[in-house]
Amino acid sequence: MNPDLHLWLIPLLPFAGFLLNGILGPGLPKWLITTIALLAPLASFCVVLNASLGVFGFLPASNSLPYVETCPLLWINAGILRIDFSFVLDQLSLVMLLVVTGVGFLIHVYSVGYMSDDEGYARYFSYLNLFLFFMTVLVLAGNALVMFVGWEGVGLASYLLIGFWFQKKSAADAGKKAFIVNRIGDFGFLIGMFLLVANFGTLTFSEIGARLDANPAWQGGVLTIIALCLMLGAAGKSAQLPLYIWLPDAMEGPTPVSALIHAATMVTAGVYMVARTHVLFDHSPVALGVVATVGAATAIFAATIALVQNDIKRVLAYSTISQLGYMFLGCGVTAYSAAIFHLMTHAFFKALLFLAAGSVIHSIGGEQDLRKMGGLRKKLPVTFAVTTVGVLAIAGIFPFAGFFSKDAILYAAFLQQPNGKILWFVGLLTALLTAFYMFRLWYMTFLGEARSPQGHAHECPWSMRGPLLILAALSVCGGWVGMLRFGSFLAPSVGARITEAGSYIPFSLFPVPWEVILSIVAVLVALEGWLIADKYYRRKPERPAQLAAALPAGYKLLANKYYVDEFYGAVVVKPLLAVSKFFLEWVVDIGILGGAAWLLGGVATFTGAILQRWQSGNLRSYAAWLAAGAAAVLLFLLVPWATVLASLPAIHLGMAGH
Amino acid sequence: MNSFFAQEVPLSWYLLLSAVLFSLGVVGFLIKRNLITVFMSIELMLNGVNLYFVTFAHQWHAVKGQIFVFFVMMVAAAEAAVGLAIIIAVFRARATLAVDRIDRMKL
Repeated sequence: MNPDLHLWLIPLLPFAGFLLNGILGPGLPKWLITTIALLAPLASFCVVLNASLGVFGFLPASNSLPYVETCPLLWINAGILRIDFSFVLDQLSLVMLLVVTGVGFLIHVYSVGYMSDDEGYARYFSYLNLFLFFMTVLVLAGNALVMFVGWEGVGLASYLLIGFWFQKKSAADAGKKAFIVNRIGDFGFLIGMFLLVANFGTLTFSEIGARLDANPAWQGGVLTIIALCLMLGAAGKSAQLPLYIWLPDAMEGPTPVSALIHAATMVTAGVYMVARTHVLFDHSPVALGVVATVGAATAIFAATIALVQNDIKRVLAYSTISQLGYMFLGCGVTAYSAAIFHLMTHAFFKALLFLAAGSVIHSIGGEQDLRKMGGLRKKLPVTFAVTTVGVLAIAGIFPFAGFFSKDAILYAAFLQQPNGKILWFVGLLTALLTAFYMFRLWYMTFLGEARSPQGHAHECPWSMRGPLLILAALSVCGGWVGMLRFGSFLAPSVGARITEAGSYIPFSLFPVPWEVILSIVAVLVALEGWLIADKYYRRKPERPAQLAAALPAGYKLLANKYYVDEFYGAVVVKPLLAVSKFFLEWVVDIGILGGAAWLLGGVATFTGAILQRWQSGNLRSYAAWLAAGAAAVLLFLLVPWATVLASLPAIHLGMAGH
Repeated sequence: MNSFFAQEVPLSWYLLLSAVLFSLGVVGFLIKRNLITVFMSIELMLNGVNLYFVTFAHQWHAVKGQIFVFFVMMVAAAEAAVGLAIIIAVFRARATLAVDRIDRMKL
């Protein structure tokens, strides 16, 4: 009944692309590199599409989900622990796969134009394909260990791509920072897996889910610890408080990389992981509370920083962190389908915004400072149009994609007991800030007068414009699936939220659903954000500077990102470096290595000093020692020691007997 | 009387004699200061050992022990030749045969 879907092809095709371009790349002509690089994600997108056709019922032989594909060879077999290398296709992974391979392919196409002049063209595309390989492994994983393989792999690809221009020290440092901060999260993931093995004896998601479904009374306790460990991993990968610091620095990579890895796909892996292991979170109210709080706090925290950033990519980076906070907020109030929905729409509009920003940066010769842009509307009409769509979508204006998903999360938060109203309010405030800083970016980039010479500004080539237009269309329409009961589609994977049935305002003549009222409020708030931005950056452009001058402390705090990097530098990095240095120099170098050398030398000198007295040069003393030695040997050989020794205790006992 | 002379010398007497000879050699080697006396003490030890060999060869009617004695005598002769040559060389160099004053046998 299930036709063979060949899921293994999905990751393997990009891997083949990685191998081909990575090994043969430098020797191949450019058109061939491009072909390989583009065919790999396109082919795996087609495999995903083929699988989804059956799921959506377009083919008569429709698939029943979840569809499991297991490598015939047993991967790990240790005691009670049996781990297969298995892939699972269900509604959740299908949505993620469509986003990853679809958006991934578009960004590959865009990269062809963006990176055309780069020396590392083949290297770039091999890394990008490698990323897709690991990301699809992560998404398809049927157990936590396979997911961990993908998880680490995308971290590696991210590291390689952030530091793609490794001759630049800041880029190399940013890559290292991302990798090291992610290690902290991975530590949590690992501990969570160990605890899963210890408590469930398995890492397979479906088996863990079945065990927990069979024991609804099993709440909290070790499940809270497991869930919090997994959340630590998710916070590292998805740049949540307190581990978000690597994402803004990750903007050192090429812009399409920021779009693919640090906006659309990899950073959402944490959200995906929480949704994938949602049964654990469902059994622990504490962990859910932590997830929701971390999400809401990150959302507003990052949004306030984004208000005053002047680097176009950094604004988008902080906006990404903030939007990821929304997703965690959604997870924390058990609205997993809303979180995944926002993940999807966010992938569309944030990839669009990053690519549009890349187009702007590309056209004015690598400039990223918003203060030096302005007035680009006429010169870059297509980029301007698509950015407008993206900004409207992220601000949550009806009927763009962001409106539906953000609304679903806020609505779910509003219904949450007991603290849902606070979470909802924080979310709403974040929406206001989001609208403000996105329109600020929009005004500073495209409207007004040019603030620096940019005469040669030109629209990007078609290879870049095409993906922009497709993503713009998705940013407009992507949210409409929300009206087609996206939640009930995902329900088999992530569970239906009981409260999603809808509640109504009491004491009302008309049964106006709360959802509609909240939506209207959210849109009004977003428009208010737009109005404020309009006032500050179009009508009265001198106001921001005045405000900054009026509140120097507050402005400095925001402009310096709350001094979090400085704080971590002083509290974590410096002591760690000092301790490492101490250990390296004093304990390892002087203590162990030097100590061993001194010890060997010392022992030799000391024993030598004693033994040299033996060598007196006196013939008779030599002879005496010789005789003594001979006597000792004789004593040893002639005396029956075994008998003597055996008789000793007997003598002792015999005496004791008297 | 007859019976006394007709009796064979017991084995233990031979052994005692050779042990005394050997011990005299050892003690002489250790306490004598003159290099030549020391050298003679070595010969004494060798001959003590030779006596053992001969005794047991006779006791067990085994000819091997006697052959060993020839070997030892041969080595002792060679050693005497080399040793006396060394003693003469040492005397020429240091004008003394006191063992305690020839204490340069160290690094």
